Amino acid sequence: MTETRTPLRRHTLPVIAVLTAVVLIWYAAAVWLNAPQVSERLEGIGEPWGWRELVNGTWSMERPVLPAPHQVADNWWTSVFDTAVDSPRSLIFHAGVTLGATVLGFALGMALGILIAIGVVHSAVLDRGLMPWIIASQTIPILAIAPMVVVVLGSMGYPPLMSKAVISMYLCFFPVAVGMVKGLRSPDTLQMDLMRTYNASAVQRLFKLRLPAAVPFLFASAKVAMATSLVGAIVGELPTGAQAGLGARLLSGSYFGQTIQIWSALVMAALLGVALVAAVRATENATNRLMGARA
Amino acid sequence: MAAPPSSKASNATTPAVVASGLSLVFQTADTPVTALSNVDLTIARGEFVSFIGPSGCGKTTLMRVIADLEQPTAGRIEVNGTTPEQARLARAYGYVFQAAALYPWRNVLRNVLLPLEIIGIPAAERRERALKQLALVGLEGFEKKYPWQLSGGMQQRVSIARALALQPELLLMDEPFGALDEITRDHLNEQLLRLWERTGKTVIFVTHSISEAVFLSNRIVVMSPRPGRIIEIIDNTLPAGRNLDVRETPEFAAVAHRVRLALRAGHSYD
Repeated sequence: MTETRTPLRRHTLPVIAVLTAVVLIWYAAAVWLNAPQVSERLEGIGEPWGWRELVNGTWSMERPVLPAPHQVADNWWTSVFDTAVDSPRSLIFHAGVTLGATVLGFALGMALGILIAIGVVHSAVLDRGLMPWIIASQTIPILAIAPMVVVVLGSMGYPPLMSKAVISMYLCFFPVAVGMVKGLRSPDTLQMDLMRTYNASAVQRLFKLRLPAAVPFLFASAKVAMATSLVGAIVGELPTGAQAGLGARLLSGSYFGQTIQIWSALVMAALLGVALVAAVRATENATNRLMGARA
Repeated sequence: MAAPPSSKASNATTPAVVASGLSLVFQTADTPVTALSNVDLTIARGEFVSFIGPSGCGKTTLMRVIADLEQPTAGRIEVNGTTPEQARLARAYGYVFQAAALYPWRNVLRNVLLPLEIIGIPAAERRERALKQLALVGLEGFEKKYPWQLSGGMQQRVSIARALALQPELLLMDEPFGALDEITRDHLNEQLLRLWERTGKTVIFVTHSISEAVFLSNRIVVMSPRPGRIIEIIDNTLPAGRNLDVRETPEFAAVAHRVRLALRAGHSYD
């Protein structure tokens, strides 16, 4: 009986089941991927060894091919809670740097996407002339233009925050523009005719009909845009030798073969993405309540 | 009352609508479709006129031409002594569509406020005006409800209140009760008649229900399709101040019979 199920059973249990499966597969994969190195080392020692020694070895290497979950968790915990927040070893510090660029890039991308959509909906010239360029812009790999953005904006005296935000904006305006064009065109004929019978101006039609009608489309796009913006900010930190940010942390980890550090930064990036998308969803729910949506 | 721009329009004896030789041909992909053919019609102020006919007879198109939502391809039409466009720009009519077309993100009160916001009525006055219209359609106490919380009949009453909020002299109603059940429809018909008697507005009402047309109207314009044209205009001899019981009388049956004969004549060509 669905209606007698508690929220715990409906939401928490499936999440725990999936998480358990992932952790088990991860441990197994760690054994499998690290086994060649560990068995080589055990052979080198020359003492007899068995499954127990092999498994223990694969789950406790200093630079494993794939670190075990508890190693990543331990590193993550230490760099989040046992490290001063202003230290370059603190994941909070790096996440904060990336968060700033992500949020700024998201805000710029939303603004640009909405403006483009308003232009496209109101002007046939923009509709035909601009959309092909917008689509073309998304076919260029971001890794190819990220260094150029950083160099150009850097030489113009902008801080790294700005160049990362611009890269994020470049990635995330696209879903917003596409979603908003559809949203601004979503009012039906009767709703538009009604505005015509009132002799409403284009601005009134925009603010009293098109924009409210586009809100569900905006939030669907915003969730995609937020996740994309985080990717953009991290990519923006990769090619530049940045000293701070999750991307810089990933890059320095790979320079020095610190796989545990890489994975712990990846976990941080994933958690940051989940939190940011959850924030968009919370804003969406609050907006829906204000707009009288069905509970 | 601010005087309308044209001195002609301020004359109370100017008819609400005058159409002569009005035609409208839609250019479709394969063949042109004649939606209206040579329509002559005069509607005096304060009349309640119904357009009745089968689907495709042009009754909705004629209404949309009056509202400046469609452009005629030939003939002349005047609304309040001006062009339909001038009448629309002067917000001279209220339009009630087949569906309520409420904005789902606005509650009942704010839906009725919408036209008043657009024409720039001050906030305090528009609230007062909207509440008055909601009372007129019997929806006091529902101001804070959202459209999805209302029945279809209540939604359509909100849309009537919204059309009345502009205080138009002319009310255009396009099958407003077509999607409702018969019991609700009877109830709203009676309410609409009382509303019309109280306000003295001109009402043009599109329907395909004979009993609805006979119950509500002074005059019934019978139309026929392919091409859309007027077959006959029937004066309703039933006395004013009708209630639903009038539908059981022989007089009612006689008028309804005339409408039915005219509708049948419209079909005799095929």
